Amino acid sequence: MNERIIPCILCPNGCELRVAWDGQPSEQSIAVDGNLCPKGVSYAITELTHPMRTLTTSVRVRNGVQRLTSVKTAAPIPRDAVPAIRALLRPATLDAPVAIGDIVLSNAGGTSVDVIATRPVPRRSSEDPA
Amino acid sequence: MTEYAHTVDVAVIGGGPAGLAAAAAAAREGADVLLIDRNPQLGGILNQCIHDGFGLHAFGEVLTGPEFAHRYLHQALDAGVQLQSHTLVTHLSPDGALTCSRYGARETVHTKATVLAMGCRERTRGMIRIPGTRPAGVYTAGTAQWLTNMANIRIGRRVVILGSGDIGLIMARRLTWEGAEVVAVIEKLPYPSGLPRNINQCLLDYDIPLHLSHSVTCIHGKDRVERVTVSRFDEHGCTVPGSEFELACDTLLLSVGLIPENELSRHAGVALDRTTCGADVTDTYMTSVPGVFSCGNVLHIHDLADWAAEEGERAGVSAAQYVDGTTRPSDPASVAVRPGDGVRYVVPQRARQTAETVLLSLRVTAPRGPTTIRAVSGDAVVGELRLRKAHPATMEQVTIRLSDASGDVEVRCE
Repeated sequence: MNERIIPCILCPNGCELRVAWDGQPSEQSIAVDGNLCPKGVSYAITELTHPMRTLTTSVRVRNGVQRLTSVKTAAPIPRDAVPAIRALLRPATLDAPVAIGDIVLSNAGGTSVDVIATRPVPRRSSEDPA
Repeated sequence: MTEYAHTVDVAVIGGGPAGLAAAAAAAREGADVLLIDRNPQLGGILNQCIHDGFGLHAFGEVLTGPEFAHRYLHQALDAGVQLQSHTLVTHLSPDGALTCSRYGARETVHTKATVLAMGCRERTRGMIRIPGTRPAGVYTAGTAQWLTNMANIRIGRRVVILGSGDIGLIMARRLTWEGAEVVAVIEKLPYPSGLPRNINQCLLDYDIPLHLSHSVTCIHGKDRVERVTVSRFDEHGCTVPGSEFELACDTLLLSVGLIPENELSRHAGVALDRTTCGADVTDTYMTSVPGVFSCGNVLHIHDLADWAAEEGERAGVSAAQYVDGTTRPSDPASVAVRPGDGVRYVVPQRARQTAETVLLSLRVTAPRGPTTIRAVSGDAVVGELRLRKAHPATMEQVTIRLSDASGDVEVRCE
């Protein structure tokens, strides 16, 4: 029998979910205790079987008033897909101007989730300091 | 030197979440509002907080810091706030005149009310007195965050983080993603100070060890950090002899607390609270100097930007009402609101008897299980909050009814 405590992050109650399972964790084999609401059960099962994360990082911008814009996956993606998508974003460079919501990478790593810009970067005019 | 002078109803100092929300709220109330920030870009610290988790309370959705700042910036623009970046306020006089420095020129702004929203800064190595040599490679976590997320500079390859506050945890994951090895996070207290969400997603996901009841007791290295000594602390806060171990690293990040940035307030004669290090305010967020209001992290340290922005909105409305005469300095804030057993501080610290209800923000002194936070005035309970657990890292809020109060109010854990 495997056991783990997973803090539920879905609401400020912050339940400490006591999770136990036999063999390979699956929806049937996982027992959850310590949850105040049913969302805790599905959260614990997701955390153990296919945890989801939002990736936030930054990419370079050419000719902008800043060198970087920040980006995020428009929805949570499987945690296992995070390293591959980070590698895809490493060489990415955008041209200013950048607006919030601009697509940086569509269908990132085959997850059917886009990576989008989260900070606007105006284009640098010739008078601006480099 | 060129000199300019102009006059506004309300000046807001600081363009982070509290300042932007205060300016927007004051302008929506009909005031002529000027918001001043020293940085080229408005949004304050939110611009470098590229992770998500903002906006759940304010907008009912999960946003990153820059997106959250953008929402409030547009609220301010839509409400007609004049925005002035690149401008440093160097002096605030008690009569409401601001002295500003902008591109080498001096400007004077005359105001009918001023909202202080300057935020906070990080505690440094010098303030926590870590012994050892003084090599390069010791950064506060927020500075490291700026260098990484805004300036695209790699700060180190093997990193130890002292302090388990949220900025330190977020940086543990961020630096891991940027190719650094985060050796350990060290926390002096027996419990982590950051949100469970960040412990889970920033440390556990990347197998980064968290050493509770430990601290860095020596920094080694000549030009660059080479290693740190870590020691265990007992329940009295003393090092345990023989518990020392060393960690090889080239970088030490400090995430060891935030201090409200109140130099301007102090020079203007604003009375400060010794516990929060922020202003002593009334239920309208007015400080001891009439017409000067305070909100956000310069008033007390918040754990969520959403709460700082909400507080800004309340202070902004109060500043506008002060200007149009709805509230007057002649309404004395005669009811003292004091922390009692188990409560570290309460803001606001004073209330007008004429206020019907007042929202109090507070923190407990130590982690507790099921707790009732009770506000008591004489024999009457004027406000109550039941919690399944309480933690000093989590700000709690309780509304009190002053119509039921007879004299001062004490807020305590039961």
